[in-house]
Amino acid sequence: MSSVTGVSATDELPGPDGRPPLSADAASTGRVGDRIFGGAATLSGVVVIVLVSLIAVFLIVQAIPALADNSANFFTSREWAPGGEEPRFGILEFLWTTVTASTLAMLISVPVGVGVALFITQYAPAWMRRPAAALVDLLAAVPSIVYGLWGLITFSPFFKPVQGFMEDRLGWFPLFSPTGISGGTIFFIGIVLAIMVLPIVTALSREVFDQTPLAHKEGALALGATKWEMIRTAVLPFGRPGVISASMLALGRALGETIAVTFLVSALADGSPWTWSLFNGGETFASKIANNAAEFSNPSKTGAYIAAGLVLFVLTFIVNSIARVVIERRKAFTE
Amino acid sequence: MAKRIDVNDLNVYYGSFKAVEGVSMTVEPRSVTAFIGPSGCGKSTFLRTLNRMHEVIPGGRVEGKVMLDDQDLYAPSMDPVTVRRTIGMVFQRPNPFPTMSIYDNVAAGLRLNGVKNKKTLDGIVESSLKGANLWTEVKDRLNKPGAGLSGGQQQRLCIARAIAVQPQVLLMDEPCSALDPISTLAIEDLINELKSEFTIVIVTHNMQQAARVSDRTAFFNLKATGEPGRLIEIDDTTRIFNNPSEQATEDYISGRFG
Repeated sequence: MSSVTGVSATDELPGPDGRPPLSADAASTGRVGDRIFGGAATLSGVVVIVLVSLIAVFLIVQAIPALADNSANFFTSREWAPGGEEPRFGILEFLWTTVTASTLAMLISVPVGVGVALFITQYAPAWMRRPAAALVDLLAAVPSIVYGLWGLITFSPFFKPVQGFMEDRLGWFPLFSPTGISGGTIFFIGIVLAIMVLPIVTALSREVFDQTPLAHKEGALALGATKWEMIRTAVLPFGRPGVISASMLALGRALGETIAVTFLVSALADGSPWTWSLFNGGETFASKIANNAAEFSNPSKTGAYIAAGLVLFVLTFIVNSIARVVIERRKAFTE
Repeated sequence: MAKRIDVNDLNVYYGSFKAVEGVSMTVEPRSVTAFIGPSGCGKSTFLRTLNRMHEVIPGGRVEGKVMLDDQDLYAPSMDPVTVRRTIGMVFQRPNPFPTMSIYDNVAAGLRLNGVKNKKTLDGIVESSLKGANLWTEVKDRLNKPGAGLSGGQQQRLCIARAIAVQPQVLLMDEPCSALDPISTLAIEDLINELKSEFTIVIVTHNMQQAARVSDRTAFFNLKATGEPGRLIEIDDTTRIFNNPSEQATEDYISGRFG
């Protein structure tokens, strides 16, 4: 099983005969077939590494001149005026919107996704498992523009009173303070993103939960565990690395999601005051770039957008690295 | 502590398939009872009905009665979770929880029972590991993963995990079949010590093992593939191996089939 973090629960499992998994190349014989296949696999691996490196190089090379010309602080400014003689641009607003909306999406989709996966693998009657799994997978097949349309036309009016209610009751808390904006708020986008990434979390979690060895489940049950206790002692710990991988893949998708977000966001007017509220509007990295594709008229202007793209790239990279560290730390316990 | 098990005319089904038919026997407290017989004769299936673990397999159900002293294990009010807390089980392949340390593996059952006090846990973990003859080997690495131990040590860890919750009965489903002879010997010694405290039922493919460890032996057989398994006879181990009442038992013991 592949995953965004490159590790899965099954990587460390010994084979059926109890031996550890073969390490790379230990079984090569040097025959023609072996050499062709080994060569092809190596080539594919190298191509991916080269490709990622080239993208990084492209982003950096294109961004540097624009960043050098920038007279505002790139990380702390909320201005965005990349054109003109004296370009001023900063990413603070996009960074805030992107990170909060994606975090919110994770807070919703990970518990729900894990719950759905547990239902499908542990609780659902046998006849229901395949159809339920297929249905969830179908969510992933819905094009993002459809999520955008649905969000705008159907879900947005439905969400309006919910937002009003929260502003009334929880408005004293900075994250929920009223802003006068409704529709494409950060909160709203977070919910739509949560629904979009739900199938990713669910599908991968389902996969690892399903692979929990019967021996571990029976071990827990024989100790007098109830069903939920069995899940807690055997299924969840076994699936943990997989769930983390799934969440990171989903987070990557949420951070970079473009079409639906572009469709839904309420862009803020220039110079509107800073607020911590989740009911504020604001562009994400991806929506800002997509909304302004027509502006890529000169290299310095384009460079500003590419610099924003570079930050998104690095952000995703950091998220994956954190996941990797989390999984590695517990490695001794996943054998 | 240890209790007697009385089984009366038990049939075991998986869906519509009758796996075991008409078993009646008594398992004496503080003794070791061994189940022997050819593969597929239902001895493991029957063992699982003694703590309702057969219900884990879809379609598994029984007809008949199993009494633990005066408790009916299949009474409608009886929760299988309670049954399994009273009757522990050790499996064919050692199955320590891979994500848990040695300590946490032994403490797992206690924590399920709501024991939180660190001192109490420490005490029971130590006594259970000592009871499973594992303490001296692992006392310096209690926080290391249980999966890092050798197969024989893992199996003793599983026994420690099972006895930590102080069960009345300990069921063992071919506990040595995945182990080397030295580890097997260690487990057999352990069984000999444990029988002073627990009622032990062990399924084994190894007739010498049954002869070495058990006080009583039950021989299971089946007429043909697809037929349900039956209990042929149960008697003192010395009698089963020297002078069985049934011809089928003698044939099996003497290696004429199976």
